[in-house]
Amino acid sequence: MEVVDHSHWSPILGRLWWDAMPQEPIVLATFVVVALGGAALVAGLTYFKLWGYLWKEWFTSVDHKKIGIMYMILGLVMFLRGFADAVMMRIQQSIAFNGNEGYLNAHHYDQIFTAHGVIMIFFVAMPFVTGLMNYIVPLQIGARDVSFPFLNNFSFWMTTAGAVLVMASLFIGEFAQTGWLAYPPLSNLAYSPWVGVDYYIWALQIAGVGTLLSGVNLIATIVKMRAPGMTMMRMPIFTWTALCTNILIVAAFPVLTAVMTMLTVDRYLGFNFFTNDFGGSPMMYVNLIWIWGHPEVYILILPLFGVFSEVTSTFSGKRLFGYSSMVYATLVITILSYLVWLHHFFTMGSGASVNSFFGITTMVISIPTGAKLFNWLFTMYRGRIRFELPMMWTVAFMLTFTIGGMTGVLLAVPPADFVLHNSLFLIAHFHNVIIGGVLFGIFAAINFWWPKAFGFKLNEFWGKVSFWLWVPGFWFAFMPLYILGLMGVTRRMRTFDDPSLQIFFIIAAFGALMIAGGIGAMLVQFAVSIWKREELKDETGDPWNGRTLEWSTSSPPPEYNFAFTPIVHDIDAWEDMKRCGVERPTAGFRPIHMPKGTGSGLILAGLSTVLGFAMIWYIWWLAAVSFLGVIGFAIFHTFNYKRDYHIPVETVEQTEAERTRQLAAAGA
Amino acid sequence: MTATAMKSELTQPQLQAAFYDLDEHDHPEGGSTMLGFWMYLMSDCLIFAMLFAAYGVLGGSFAAGPGPKDLFDLKLIALNTAMLLFSSITYGFAMLAMEKDNRGATQLWLLVTAVFGAAFLFIELYEFSHLIHEGATPMRSGFLTAFFSLVGTHGLHVTFGLIWLFTLVVQIGKKGLIPANKRRLMCLSLFWHFLDVIWIGVFTFVYLMGML
Amino acid sequence: MSEHVHPNHHGDDHGSHGSLRDYVIGFILSVVLTAIPFWLVMTGAIADKSTTALVIMAFAAVQIVVHMIYFLHMNTKSENGWTVMALIFTIVILVITLSGSLWVMYHLNHNMMPMTSHEMGQLP
Repeated sequence: MEVVDHSHWSPILGRLWWDAMPQEPIVLATFVVVALGGAALVAGLTYFKLWGYLWKEWFTSVDHKKIGIMYMILGLVMFLRGFADAVMMRIQQSIAFNGNEGYLNAHHYDQIFTAHGVIMIFFVAMPFVTGLMNYIVPLQIGARDVSFPFLNNFSFWMTTAGAVLVMASLFIGEFAQTGWLAYPPLSNLAYSPWVGVDYYIWALQIAGVGTLLSGVNLIATIVKMRAPGMTMMRMPIFTWTALCTNILIVAAFPVLTAVMTMLTVDRYLGFNFFTNDFGGSPMMYVNLIWIWGHPEVYILILPLFGVFSEVTSTFSGKRLFGYSSMVYATLVITILSYLVWLHHFFTMGSGASVNSFFGITTMVISIPTGAKLFNWLFTMYRGRIRFELPMMWTVAFMLTFTIGGMTGVLLAVPPADFVLHNSLFLIAHFHNVIIGGVLFGIFAAINFWWPKAFGFKLNEFWGKVSFWLWVPGFWFAFMPLYILGLMGVTRRMRTFDDPSLQIFFIIAAFGALMIAGGIGAMLVQFAVSIWKREELKDETGDPWNGRTLEWSTSSPPPEYNFAFTPIVHDIDAWEDMKRCGVERPTAGFRPIHMPKGTGSGLILAGLSTVLGFAMIWYIWWLAAVSFLGVIGFAIFHTFNYKRDYHIPVETVEQTEAERTRQLAAAGA
Repeated sequence: MTATAMKSELTQPQLQAAFYDLDEHDHPEGGSTMLGFWMYLMSDCLIFAMLFAAYGVLGGSFAAGPGPKDLFDLKLIALNTAMLLFSSITYGFAMLAMEKDNRGATQLWLLVTAVFGAAFLFIELYEFSHLIHEGATPMRSGFLTAFFSLVGTHGLHVTFGLIWLFTLVVQIGKKGLIPANKRRLMCLSLFWHFLDVIWIGVFTFVYLMGML
Repeated sequence: MSEHVHPNHHGDDHGSHGSLRDYVIGFILSVVLTAIPFWLVMTGAIADKSTTALVIMAFAAVQIVVHMIYFLHMNTKSENGWTVMALIFTIVILVITLSGSLWVMYHLNHNMMPMTSHEMGQLP
């Protein structure tokens, strides 16, 4: 590949110059499509005069439910982008044999696999997980919002700001070509001189602020805002896993922030944290980033363990088997996830004693996970299982995740890891647990809680089509990679010499195609369900015969969630209320104290985006101005003391009367 | 008798009273703030832990450049530590004045704290400029990179604390010692004393151990 | 389990803010606990370096506890013990990550480097 000179710099635009515009035909075409689509969207919103509505009801809203939904939309949009990257890789690898270079040059291909990893972890899995927790946790604990509603809005927009920067890198300049963790020395200025790694750094740094604050927020919410009577050991299991996940977030993301800052000063100021010379240590980066990285995978999976627990007990019509063992298993995983990070780099050369320690801790952490699986199985045992969509995804998870877990234990054996490190076996393993665990869990959760969020169920036919394309598609896509990995094929290859390998890559590409069909079917499922929402309508607020408090209110819940705060006497609080035959109080309402919406979060995140962009392109004056803007506006925001209001009692009465009519209609 | 059976004997109004908080009042604002801020501090603590880890690993990598004994002046560090300690007790006095709802005294003690904090920063900047002048820049070696980053991050926190402190002085001037401002003062108190705790680690592990 | 659990969200008071006595005791203790290690290192009162290092680390640990109690007003009751729990958790994570990193990197350097970092320092 010819080396392009990007050394141009001007005081006004920094490094930004014509060479930052899309050069490759594929990117150019994408750019045109996205630009046209974006223009159409803006025009449509303007034509239907929706900007005011969006700004007032959504963008500036501090309602945890709306923020949760916005997180899910962000995750979905970024999922399509990340999946497009995956398909491009699959196609490239299935044709680049026998001297065929494929259709992607190295510079482009390297950006694609980096972007795929970064997007899928930070801007798909994280928003999905955070969105779920945001929506469900306050409802499950009988609260009216989170502890810090403004911070919640701000966190969402910071995450979005990070996503915007990653998306901008597609069309303006380039993204990193380093792999999703950007190991130095490759990510140092000497080997990645242009803007790719800087996009990576600033996107993660800005999104990381959002993630950290949302973690603090949800911990405080769970600790301080539970309904009366809800002791820790009466908390729904999803809330428990959310608590542990947020503890992990608060204890892990600072590590990422610190490591990114170190890489930043190395790149921008010539410091020597991770350089090869002047006493720096690139391996220190690997060590530090995995101290964040390993807890991160548990941050992703724990809430979904919670989802599977809720789904299993609801659709088996039984209380969850071994509630307290589930809680303790979650707590043990929380601590142990900090004791295994070195298994990501056994081959680094720390020696037998270090490797054995971390190999053993890794095997130990599979024990509580195994205990959870048995709990789910025993919950199903002798239950009246209803195979609705959420339950189907849960069963698919149990089968898939168990295989992925077992290949993980294989990798935990250091001598085996020396053979399999950085091979496609590893790739197959972590997709096996992340798709089989996180993604299937999110699909289960979407199908499970969609009726709560929107008041109608999702179409079952298209959901089943999606399921039956996704699950076999996953196996087609990743089983060949296990085999290839065992044969010694390493990850991130663009072309291959050995033609006998091609058939496996073709099978994998076929699997990716099936998954594409599954994603398409899911989008159709959403569209059809919205189209036929009257037929799928759920008036009861409790379509699945649920067990926890979120099902006790209407679907979608009113802004204030609960007209009267419920009092909890048992683990499955709503099930307890139904068993005791409590009727919903219909009189004696009071005005409800609620937080007020604000645009400050969006403005601060917008300024941060500009700051990140200016830093990436070395536009120093703009960086200074936007930095002062962030600080100044944050201070300005603290001078606003009026952050709440009361929902007048008439409004509450009206809403609740409507609910009474709805329930009567459903009962009739 | 089981709980369910017991409850089944209740009348509907009794049941409703048992399962719903029918007589609920507004919750005071900011009930979670102190806990939330504490969580934030814990996370900040881990940022410093990473910087300490980096210093622990790179602290011996001089790359043929100067080491701690060539660079550190313990008398200066002792003076600096004294400044921070004084600022801690004066912040304590500000909190005591706040408890007595004495607005003027609170502001005064805050400003005294700011003076000590600024003195600390000034001495630190003097030390840094002295080091850089001698050629001991952060670019010189892994040790100096880790040193400047760790101590500098602490200094940046103090700077941020000062900006926050001045903002609060203005806000107390405008609104008085209302509950929201008291809460903010308590958060800043945690922040300020937390920086003290970090500094204990810095002067012990970086300066004192470096001079051994 | 008691049926009369105190509702968690009725913002309880935020623990004590300390008294003048607390602050003065804390300050005096801090001064003493800072002065002694400085004196030890500046005068070289203990000949053995590793003993000195252990002693000043012990002083630092005690001083951190003093600050926690007298300035940060930590006690097991504030916020129903959540602050202390968060602190303990953080300390556990801190010890794991710090000691783990040092252990991992020490072994790495020991195995992979042709020389110790000290010898590296002697190179031109």
